Amino acid sequence: MHVESKLRKPLITGGKTLNDVSDDICKRVEEKPSISWYVAMIISNITLAVGAYAVYRTLWDGIGMWGLNKTVMWAWDITNFVWWVGIGHAGTLISAILLLFRQRWRMSINRSAEAMTIFAVICAAMFPLLHMGRLWIGLVWVLPFPNTYGSLWVNFASPLLWDVFAISTYFSVSLVFWYIGLIPDFATIRDRAKIAGRKVSAFIYGTLSFGWDGAAKTWSRYETVSLVLAGLATPLVLSVHTIVSMDFATSVIPGWHTTIFPPYFVAGAIFSGFAMVLTLLIITRKVYKLEDYITIKHLELMNIVIIVTGSIVGIAYLTELFMAWYSGVEYEQYAFYNRVTGPYWWAYWSMMTCNVISPQLFWFKKIRTNIAATFIISIIVNIGMWFERFVIIVTSLHRDYLPSSWAMFYPTIYDVGMYLFTFGLFFTAYLAFSKYFPVINMAEVKSILKQTGEKVKKAK
Amino acid sequence: MSKGNKTYWKGIEQLKNEPSFVKNAQNEFPEFLPIKGSSDNSRRDFLKMMGFGIAAVSTVACEAPVKYAIPYVDKPVDVDPSIANYYASTYSMGSDYCSVVVKTREGRPIKIDGNKYSKVSAGSTSAQVESSVLTLYDKQRLRAPMLSNKESSWNEVDKFVKNTMSTLSKKSYIISNSISSPSSIDVIDKFCDKYNAEHVQYDNVSYNGMLDANLEHYGKRKLPFYDFSKANVIVSFGYDFLGSSYNHNLFNKQFADRRKVDRDNREMSRLYTFESNLSLTGANSDNRIPIESNHSPLYITELWNILSQKTGKNIFAKYRPPLISYDKSKKNLIKLDILEKVAEDLVANIGESIVISSSNDKYVQLVVNMINELLGNYGKSIDVNRSYNIRNGDDNKMNGFLSDLSKGDVSSVIFMNCNPVYDSYLSTKIKNNLSKATLKISTSDRIDETSMLCDVIAPDSHFLESWNDYEPIENSFSFGQPTIKNIFDTRQVQDSLLKWSGSNENYFNYLKSSWRAKQKFTSSDEPFQIFWDRLLHDGVAEFIDKNKSNSNPLPSAKKITSKIISGIQTVISDVNQNDGFEVNIYQNLTVADGVQSNNPWLQEMPDPISKVCWDNYLSVNPKDARKMNISTDSGTMTTNLLSISLNDNNYEIPAIIQPGQAEGTVGLALGYGRTLSGPVGDNVGINAFDLLDKNQKAQNLSLVNVSLSNTGKEYRIAQTQTHETIMARESVIQETSLDEYKKDVYAGKYQFKVSTSKGKKKPEDVTLWSGHEYNNHHWVMSIDLNSCTGCGSCVVACQVENNIPVVGKEEVLNRREMAWLRIDRYYSSDADVDDLQGLEVAAENPDVTFQPMMCQHCNNAPCETVCPVAATTHSSEGLNQMTYNRCIGTRYCANNCPYKVRRFNWFKYHDNEQFDKNISMNNDLGKMVLNPDVTVRSRGVMEKCSFCVQKIQEGKLQAKSEKRRLRDGDVTTACSNSCPTSAITFGDVNDKASKIRKLLQVDKIDKATLKLKEERAYAVLDEIRVSPNVWYLRKVRNKKSV
Repeated sequence: MHVESKLRKPLITGGKTLNDVSDDICKRVEEKPSISWYVAMIISNITLAVGAYAVYRTLWDGIGMWGLNKTVMWAWDITNFVWWVGIGHAGTLISAILLLFRQRWRMSINRSAEAMTIFAVICAAMFPLLHMGRLWIGLVWVLPFPNTYGSLWVNFASPLLWDVFAISTYFSVSLVFWYIGLIPDFATIRDRAKIAGRKVSAFIYGTLSFGWDGAAKTWSRYETVSLVLAGLATPLVLSVHTIVSMDFATSVIPGWHTTIFPPYFVAGAIFSGFAMVLTLLIITRKVYKLEDYITIKHLELMNIVIIVTGSIVGIAYLTELFMAWYSGVEYEQYAFYNRVTGPYWWAYWSMMTCNVISPQLFWFKKIRTNIAATFIISIIVNIGMWFERFVIIVTSLHRDYLPSSWAMFYPTIYDVGMYLFTFGLFFTAYLAFSKYFPVINMAEVKSILKQTGEKVKKAK
Repeated sequence: MSKGNKTYWKGIEQLKNEPSFVKNAQNEFPEFLPIKGSSDNSRRDFLKMMGFGIAAVSTVACEAPVKYAIPYVDKPVDVDPSIANYYASTYSMGSDYCSVVVKTREGRPIKIDGNKYSKVSAGSTSAQVESSVLTLYDKQRLRAPMLSNKESSWNEVDKFVKNTMSTLSKKSYIISNSISSPSSIDVIDKFCDKYNAEHVQYDNVSYNGMLDANLEHYGKRKLPFYDFSKANVIVSFGYDFLGSSYNHNLFNKQFADRRKVDRDNREMSRLYTFESNLSLTGANSDNRIPIESNHSPLYITELWNILSQKTGKNIFAKYRPPLISYDKSKKNLIKLDILEKVAEDLVANIGESIVISSSNDKYVQLVVNMINELLGNYGKSIDVNRSYNIRNGDDNKMNGFLSDLSKGDVSSVIFMNCNPVYDSYLSTKIKNNLSKATLKISTSDRIDETSMLCDVIAPDSHFLESWNDYEPIENSFSFGQPTIKNIFDTRQVQDSLLKWSGSNENYFNYLKSSWRAKQKFTSSDEPFQIFWDRLLHDGVAEFIDKNKSNSNPLPSAKKITSKIISGIQTVISDVNQNDGFEVNIYQNLTVADGVQSNNPWLQEMPDPISKVCWDNYLSVNPKDARKMNISTDSGTMTTNLLSISLNDNNYEIPAIIQPGQAEGTVGLALGYGRTLSGPVGDNVGINAFDLLDKNQKAQNLSLVNVSLSNTGKEYRIAQTQTHETIMARESVIQETSLDEYKKDVYAGKYQFKVSTSKGKKKPEDVTLWSGHEYNNHHWVMSIDLNSCTGCGSCVVACQVENNIPVVGKEEVLNRREMAWLRIDRYYSSDADVDDLQGLEVAAENPDVTFQPMMCQHCNNAPCETVCPVAATTHSSEGLNQMTYNRCIGTRYCANNCPYKVRRFNWFKYHDNEQFDKNISMNNDLGKMVLNPDVTVRSRGVMEKCSFCVQKIQEGKLQAKSEKRRLRDGDVTTACSNSCPTSAITFGDVNDKASKIRKLLQVDKIDKATLKLKEERAYAVLDEIRVSPNVWYLRKVRNKKSV
């Protein structure tokens, strides 16, 4: 009996050879940037500059430049913070958890996803920093360093302090993980530069590659370090947003004080992170012509993650409503009644539409394999996730316990400016990354090329 | 290393084996550092020295801007740096008076408290009194006298005045507000004698009708002493005795004395209010009946008729009161059923009631007097033997002055600390005719609307720089002494008058000698200096002049009844159904009469009812607002401008939709629209005095048949509270009715229980917190919602004491006012408790509740756990402390505060041109008012009520220096100190003898959790178990069901 084991569909299409991979990816680093890249970079820089003015005024004049008030003391700042941190979840999830689960399709997307994570976390970190009334002191005093103030020490009971540790740990681990992955690819670029006689490039990438020699032992160490870091990063994926959610969950404010926040926030983070990865990769693969590396299959798999996490988020929303009713606590009940029907009803229903309804469209194979639809929904999801944080933060605060203090929040142009600043920062960084760094992990992708199998089959 | 004959040595010393080497051989390092002391620690000492050296060197590089610290060369005997001195004095501005104690630090007055010895001003303060200390440091005050619009000197001014006065032939006038100072009156009389001048007094809110009625009724043109604590039933027809009235501090106290109920005393008074604007009195009344003000004569007359029928012969056997007949059809204009009930209550409380009206019509007031007489209130709740001297204004005399002025018969006029061009109903006419007088002198402290038109401005000193005596109530005296030397080249007006009358005596000596003479009439036989020192020390004194007989017979209106009846009939014949709107002009509790308009503390103080600041507005009934299509947005605080045409002028005034405003009426506050008060007060709002009928013979604050239209233009009006109702949240406001309370002292108590596996439990029994031990003190505050009338003097007192910045209208619109203490005002709603949307809408004529709200100093404070840097921590005495230096401004604490009492410094409010209205922090003169014991907060830090921790500390240090324990009463907070009704009590519950412990009836203290026996006590938001240290006492209403 002749049994032929069914071959899995190749993850990388187009019958790429090892050399093709190097060429395709390195070409982008080596060639002159395209006009479109320049245009994008200039727009990003302008956004950054406009945002920087808002940052300058905030630092120079005070937090009063924003629309915050005596009742709503956090609004866009923390909304943006949580939003960016959420986005920063996909990268590590893809590289760490999917690595541990041996999901090899992650190999085409992990590099950009991780880069996105790093930049998103930097953008996120801008808000807790810049929203401080006295940044210049806060930068130092949130760190537990021995001091001469007697027994003065940071307050380990405060979720904000946990945030400091959670985010800095997450950022460091993600950065190291990402950089370790980059080393073999930097070496490839270095070697190609040497051959082509580009000395500056060879020097820079040579330095960045830490003298990678490609020996078997080096590869072995590389694999081990990746695995160890993946092991370390995995709990962080869960912990960061768990801790971010505790900024709210440990408070006494109705609408914040909820025990389901940690899983609900983590699911939401992955949800928004994948959406952002999709948004970026759909553009990147188009511009860089990486359709063979980032295939429809990849997009579809990510869309499936979005359906799953989106549904978890949807269930969380309904659970919140149910619990508010079931608890019998009038403040809790009012908080949710107010979310749904109060002055910020539009934010709540935008959130529901974007986060609960729109991802359900991915149940249709046609939609989840359609690039345009995926692109649009990925953006809708991120809008929805921004509203989710806005709803949680602003609608809970604006009407809490004492009706005398109830107030509305209206953003000023400086609130918008701060948000633009992080967009400028993010895209500037991402564009620089996509130009100067290999956007796909060549070393890993090369390991999943079906080159031999195909040839054997063809030979039959 | 080989052991051969080779020897390794460290140095010659070892080789030689010197004793000095052997001694130190075991030491690792040689001793060479030039540090004295123990040689063991030399290395550490070196590091310390080096650390100190580096720190010291780097500190030199830091800016240390100590600019104006000038040490005393010879320290004044009484002035110890950082130790406050207190002086008794007397507040006097406009027609108002208050006996005060002034706190000075290093020679600067910084805070004004009530004089607890005073029986007239109740030992408390009002917002205006609290704020007046900042007016002392107003940059806008004149720095020297002005002669013909040029700065001049006193010599020249005196010469000019004396020369000009001696050449004048026609009549001279001195115009002033009411003057209650006997010595000042003497000085004025002296001046009048010399120049044949006439002294005319007026009050910006006139009591002419009441005064004339009293003159006619019992021959004394004075306001009698009302004692609201002796009244079981109070009926007010538009008279805001708790709010804008003269001496409202005392009225508040008297009123609140009858509202303090407990297990053993379940009786309280009942207040009925018939009014159009929702006043503070209306807000505190048990039954409030919205009426059109011009219908009040009808109500009063009809009340007389009902009462006279009810009482009739049975009570006053010899006197059958006549009925007042009037057009029967007019009875439809009034609500007779409620009047019947009111009359029933009044008859049941003969001799224990007060009926009072705000009308400025003599006949209306005479009928009110007749009612009080009929009810036997004279001699009981109304005492005509102790009359007030602080409202003497005479509209007729003002009319006389004006007619003389316009005829050109006035050659000179002195405006003594008054501003009639701004604040009189005759303002325009006086302004237009003033040029006809040859010599115009003003003693205003600034260039204002009147002094602007004068030839001479002889600026009077501030009351804190002046000597004076006062007799606010007959035989009750109060003394004013300076607490600071004149800041500018100003002179007390009495000194000016003495000088101009040709006397060389100064007023201080004059005052002293007049009291030397008066001592004879008192029962004091001590040496004069001791007598005088005692007067100044106490600040107040009560003397009964031995030589004057002082008992008037009880007033009787019998002889003039027919005259009154015909008079009131004429008044009633003018009462008609209103065609247009009725505009009711009133004085509010913030800027009041506008004398201190340039005081930002008053401008930013929210109106107790509407919570509006930095503006006046038309308060409109919700139904009328709907008819006029007024669109408002409580979020952005946007409203429409309404247009009124009066006196050939068109005014556009913003509207506020005011629940409780009588339909068909609108209200408008006085005291705004100043044009020459200074940068803070100028052009804030509209001058309501301008709207008054310029042809009237006496001030009438109610305008009828006014047409109002909505311009549709948008206007933003700053409010500190925009949500009006309590949303049926019983754990925030607890209240009950007296009937229920009589049956069950627990009535209306919200007792929250948590369901657990072991059944329902109290929140304090289910807790994760381990509790605190306060071994020394445990500071607790109690606020009686039944006594608090919402007047707001505590709000300003807090602002003054704690250096709280003023942020200005824009920032209030951004909802960033900084007040540590606010008074939450809630209206009741008619909606069902489950109708959450309906609950947002206030009832048309709502019950009003005031709740002072400040940091609750929670034992389990949610703010403390969330601060990442432990900038807000718990003290060992139960205080929730804020360490500004440590704060990095994450604002998490404020978000997590269930009471939303934390305030953030969004901007730098001091030394910042953007906040120039915050004058106490933005110019060198204004800064003199700052309390040196309280830090001026920098940008980016959080702040909140500290329970006046600086006062606690001061009290503790004082006790320590006197080697004793702290006694109850040594420590008070600014708010409790200023409260006229003693609604706020503060103290140490660990002190068994403390008032607070007794008041709350503390049964047991279990790990800082108080078990109280007082049934009315509750903690706001008990169920979240933050365990506040501020307790509220449930409100009890004494509503009559009608």
